[in-house]
Amino acid sequence: MASPSAYALETLELTKSFGDHDAVSQLSLQVPTGSVFGFLGPNGSGKTTTIRMLLGLASPTSGEVRVLGHPIPDELDAALPKVGALVEGPAFYPYLSGRKNLMRFDAADRFSDTSTRRERVESALARVGLSNASDKKAGEYSLGMKQRLGLANALLKPRQLLILDEPTNGLDPQGTREVRNLIRSLAAEGITIFLSSHLLGEIEQVCSHVAVMSEGKLVAHGSLDELRQGTSARLILEVNLVTTAKKVLKTFGITPTDTSRVGSLSRVVAPVEGGLDVGALNSALVSAGVSVSTILVEQPNLEEYFVGLTGEGFEVAR
Amino acid sequence: MLSELQVMFTRRRTWAMLAAIALIPILLALAVYLSADRLAPGEGPPFVDRVTQNGLFTGFAAMLLAMPLFLPLTVSVVAGDTIAGEAGQGTLRYLLISPVGRIRLLVVKYLGTLAFVMVGTLTLMIAGALIGALLFPVGPVTLLSGDVIGLGEAMGRMALVALYTTISMLGMLAIGLFISTLTTIPVGAMTGVLVASGVSQILDNLPQVAVIHEFLFTHYWLDFADLLRDPIELSSMSSNLILQLGYVALFGSLAYGRFRSQDILS
Repeated sequence: MASPSAYALETLELTKSFGDHDAVSQLSLQVPTGSVFGFLGPNGSGKTTTIRMLLGLASPTSGEVRVLGHPIPDELDAALPKVGALVEGPAFYPYLSGRKNLMRFDAADRFSDTSTRRERVESALARVGLSNASDKKAGEYSLGMKQRLGLANALLKPRQLLILDEPTNGLDPQGTREVRNLIRSLAAEGITIFLSSHLLGEIEQVCSHVAVMSEGKLVAHGSLDELRQGTSARLILEVNLVTTAKKVLKTFGITPTDTSRVGSLSRVVAPVEGGLDVGALNSALVSAGVSVSTILVEQPNLEEYFVGLTGEGFEVAR
Repeated sequence: MLSELQVMFTRRRTWAMLAAIALIPILLALAVYLSADRLAPGEGPPFVDRVTQNGLFTGFAAMLLAMPLFLPLTVSVVAGDTIAGEAGQGTLRYLLISPVGRIRLLVVKYLGTLAFVMVGTLTLMIAGALIGALLFPVGPVTLLSGDVIGLGEAMGRMALVALYTTISMLGMLAIGLFISTLTTIPVGAMTGVLVASGVSQILDNLPQVAVIHEFLFTHYWLDFADLLRDPIELSSMSSNLILQLGYVALFGSLAYGRFRSQDILS
């Protein structure tokens, strides 16, 4: 039986071996219900293999999977109707129209309601902006249109969980933006979204939580805020009186690491704690007679952090 | 199931194969019609000599010609394509997560190929009867046993021949389904199925292995001629049915065993 769970997706020490190579190794993931969960990693890091196991397409060598509380693969049939997915790119019958492809996949679903099929297909097509091209053969679609049709297929029924493998692959910037908005609106409806990508920017823009894979292993896991705390923010200051400014900074417990000249101004960079009151610092500087032309706290660049993780982590493991 | 049939009969390939099947009796009838020399009774391939006397024999003669190679060829295309075609196209993973259910998919795929064979054999018989009626005299049919049956009963016998040849293909379809689960390259599966039918027919012609002849799935393929006797000789029918069902059971369970726990990585 499905037990109510705080996690829409859960894996415990999930491992998949091909021969003596572990494509996925000891992966323990927890995807909170209602989150937009980014599953990040370079190509070949085991993301798609993991997704195949989540959906029962491949069986784990060892470890456990729970999808919406259902153990997989034992209760696959109970879980799958509530899950929409895009796995390793969209795939269709090239000789059928976009609409007929969706009809076909919906007909394949044993649990779908025949009487509402046409209606559901039309609204899924409308949702991804494909209504006008729905009579065209899928073989004539551009990659971006196929990607949208794949999303429409994932949205044929009301879902509790969407597993999207690289959903913006092959989309132009406009399409990427639309998909991102679509993901946000779906998330706002309370659907948990598990989004795999090798693009950090994408994850950073839409996700609340993230897991980072490298060579089949999990190297980071948590909410974006938690991960950001792992790196420190930077204060960037551009002032005219650098010595006075440094004194003021000292009273706030901040030690600059770098000072440089930018035109007639001095640029000061210093690591700071997350809870710094920038407003108070600014007033202190101004009342000390310093003219402040720039003051900002820069959030850590997750990209550098992740590249560090996926790069060095592996060297050590070897 | 309906969806499977829709997909199958939307494909241009399916119609091309059916058209090719219909062409066999048409070409046969034209060739006989246009050739100046009339075949003496008993001369040439079986049944062909009778075509000129009675056009209704065109279908039977064409079936005899199509059975060893052409029909198995089309059968191997549809049977080899079942799972491998979906896998190669990537649609298999989307069917499975729909969720279609793996056993259900196998059963539907198998029944789909069976429907194709049924339509194919009927197409051949109907095309044969039509072209035969067009070019040659049509009348009461003299059976191989010498009895004469009316037009209506002759139609019934044609339908029975179509049914018999469909049953004859049951085993080969099951072999095709199994081979199709082994690969993601449909052409490979199709070739494999065709090779299986070729090997079986060659073995069936080697007297040295006579002991296994009656277990070969192609062994009773040409025995539909027994349907053209009065009374219909049932012994080869029932042996064929039992044999074919045996193949279905064996290769059906092999296909299931393979497909049930298979990792879908395509």
